[in-house]
Amino acid sequence: MRYEAPDSLDSAVALLAAAPGDARVLAGGTDLLVQMRADVLEPELIVDIKKISETRTVTEEKGGWRIGAAVTGAELRENARLKQAWPGLVEAANLIGSTQVQGRATLGGNLCNGSPAADSVPALIAAGAMASLVGPKGRRDLPVEDVMLGPRKLALTKGELVASFLLPPRPRGSSDAYLRFIPRTEMDIAVVGAGVSLTAEGGRVTAARVSLGAVAARVLLVQAAAQAIIGSTLDDAAQDRLEAAARAACQPIDDKRGTVEFRTQVAGVLARRAALIALERARNS
Amino acid sequence: MAKHHVAATVNGDEVEFLCETEETLLDVLRDTLHLTGSKEGCSSGDCGACSVTLDGRLVCSCLVLGCEVDGRKIDTIEGMAKGETLHPLQQKFLEQAALQCGICTPGFLVAAKSLLERNPNPSETEIRFWLAGNLCRCTGYDKIIKAVMETAGDMRRA
Repeated sequence: MRYEAPDSLDSAVALLAAAPGDARVLAGGTDLLVQMRADVLEPELIVDIKKISETRTVTEEKGGWRIGAAVTGAELRENARLKQAWPGLVEAANLIGSTQVQGRATLGGNLCNGSPAADSVPALIAAGAMASLVGPKGRRDLPVEDVMLGPRKLALTKGELVASFLLPPRPRGSSDAYLRFIPRTEMDIAVVGAGVSLTAEGGRVTAARVSLGAVAARVLLVQAAAQAIIGSTLDDAAQDRLEAAARAACQPIDDKRGTVEFRTQVAGVLARRAALIALERARNS
Repeated sequence: MAKHHVAATVNGDEVEFLCETEETLLDVLRDTLHLTGSKEGCSSGDCGACSVTLDGRLVCSCLVLGCEVDGRKIDTIEGMAKGETLHPLQQKFLEQAALQCGICTPGFLVAAKSLLERNPNPSETEIRFWLAGNLCRCTGYDKIIKAVMETAGDMRRA
């Protein structure tokens, strides 16, 4: 097994594109190393992207934010300005694993591991984040909801990698929130996750995005749930519409961590609660 | 495939070693550098027995490749005592019997030290969340949490 740690995106792309066998990008390694140890993956080449500056930096750009794909959860939490602008995204990233895992785990890795239960992905989708992909044909930006196609299936072509995420500018009165259900307080995989990002003027929601995780084969952008609250003050009727739209979008599996009925029920509850938290934050922002 | 030549700083000492790509930092620490204080519990980042700091950041050494640490600074449990003088956390764990079999103890100590460096006055809740990635199967959590709280108090008064 080869290991390369190039210091430029061009070199990383060239290595990935030329690899004859399975080539894997290494960001934080908290999924990759576990899968290698379990013999789920036996890559011929590992390309460590942490020496590439774009993947490791957080910068304010075009009124929004660019977050490197290999920035760790701990680093996101320590960025006070980012946390103020996108508290929901930062809290989602910080729900992943332990303190030790936080020291390594990254947004790029969480997305590209291809799990529908990834905690940071609903928050990224709710945020309207674009994934900035770099490959042999150059750079392209893809909405995060279009990157993951199904469990372990990504829209990335051979040689392509996620270099960074671009978060849009934040109008006044905007905020976000992410909630997940697990059977205990932390260190577990989401049974359901819900991310909501919204903008409010005078207590009325003017824009919203709602995303649900772990209730389908991919993380969902639920436009009907957003439509259910846009124009409202998130009064009881709007909350009921939001819950119903969130539940209607669910196509979950039955497994040891949750039944179809339970996941569907909880998806509505979490979407409602996340929306209320986001609105409260937006009022105070 | 030739082995990787890696130069790093471990507990303040400059070290060089050769490793295969698939060897983890934990493998290198234990098998090559013979620093066996860091323990292998789960090898999947769940138990925290292999906790070390990498450039000051708490990580599981089982989730880091040996070849990733070239040029970097690693601190392990072996660097915690200064000569014969135990770190206050080590002393407190002994005094309060905050351990039973001891396998999880190096990880708890390294993780707790990392917490107190960032937050000298953590609440019980903050300690419990910070240490949630360190598992003790002898069920010694209460004594461990109490020892960390008392050490924090002692260190603030010192």
